[in-house]
Amino acid sequence: MPAVAMNVNGNAVSGEVEPRTLLVQFLRESLRLTGTHVGCDTSQCGACVVHVNGKSVKSCTMLAVMADGCDVTTIEGLATDGSMHPMQQAFMDNHGLQCGFCTPGMVMTALDIVNRNGNDLNEATVRKELEGNICRCTGYHNIVKSVKAGAKAMGE
Amino acid sequence: MYEFSYHKSASVDGAVEAMNKAEDGKFVAGGQTMLPTMKHRLAAPSDIIDLGGIAELVGITVEGDSINIGAMTTHAAVAASGDVQTMIPMLAKLAGNIGDPAVRNRGTIGGSIANNDPAADYPAAVLALGATVKTNKREIAGDDFFTGMFETALADDELITSVSFPKPTAAAYMKFENPASRYAIVGVCVAKTDDGIRVAVTGATPCVHRGKQLEEALKGEFSSAACVGVDVPEDQMNADIHASAEYRAHLVKVMTKRAVDACT
Repeated sequence: MPAVAMNVNGNAVSGEVEPRTLLVQFLRESLRLTGTHVGCDTSQCGACVVHVNGKSVKSCTMLAVMADGCDVTTIEGLATDGSMHPMQQAFMDNHGLQCGFCTPGMVMTALDIVNRNGNDLNEATVRKELEGNICRCTGYHNIVKSVKAGAKAMGE
Repeated sequence: MYEFSYHKSASVDGAVEAMNKAEDGKFVAGGQTMLPTMKHRLAAPSDIIDLGGIAELVGITVEGDSINIGAMTTHAAVAASGDVQTMIPMLAKLAGNIGDPAVRNRGTIGGSIANNDPAADYPAAVLALGATVKTNKREIAGDDFFTGMFETALADDELITSVSFPKPTAAAYMKFENPASRYAIVGVCVAKTDDGIRVAVTGATPCVHRGKQLEEALKGEFSSAACVGVDVPEDQMNADIHASAEYRAHLVKVMTKRAVDACT
């Protein structure tokens, strides 16, 4: 089986995987980083979004071997010293989740939005940018509020 | 997903060599269509040759009045490119509206046109702008590249290296999109080029095609009103749960009119 080595949340990790192992399977099953979720498994829902070399990707639509040598950030990599990342805090403060299943992907996508669009986001931008993330509880209203608030907090 | 052998090469020659050795190999670019297709077991290649390590296939360069986009350049990179935004703003906008942000960070122009999905966006731009598809073997005119549903002029061991788009005088792409997938239910790209007015239609039929009658009508008078009397035959149209053939035929004219208005 091919060997893979990558940097996940600042830690060098390695393992042997079947070529058909998806990145999300490697993260969840080999590394036990179960914060990244599998919702649809068909690239639609965005629950599995992680960052690879700083860019958001759907980890159910990337092979683990394709991430060999890459820097990967998952939802587990955001908190520092037991304190939530400002974007995570904003989701909590604004009731940006109900069941929470989509939240890891929403937060990782939100950070990608901030990286590309800055800290002062308007609602239309956030809604357009969230097209690849599906939530079945909230109606998105509070998620949009959370992303805007988190983006602002990250700039402070 | 069925088992397969995985190969990754740092060069075009190495990738082609791996393909030639494979029993039933497939090149994979960004994998945003390939991997879901394999998960559904609609494809089961014996070997996957990953093009993700070939640096020479990535990048955007201006060459005179054309813009050359490496096959492994992502949709996100095309959308964000200052050169593309300046020279062919329509193309940047088109790329920025494929799928969703995460898909655009992985999906590539080469993968999109090699796959030739009947509802993909890039084929319409390649055809309308009269782009040239460059491969490891030859240069293929956009008009000759798309040969049928999911079929192209590419040989099995032929690899797209880049796509060269000549700058049009004006161009616009209008898409009536499926709100879930952002694939085109119907997309129409209209361009004023050195070669005259070109109209390319995607999503409507099994393969992207030129709207020759619309082009003729627009040659006489370049206005949305000129499209009104053009006959768009329903019998060639796709029909599925998203739109009937009649509705798609209607949309072809509506999207053309909107694109013409956006050009002028």
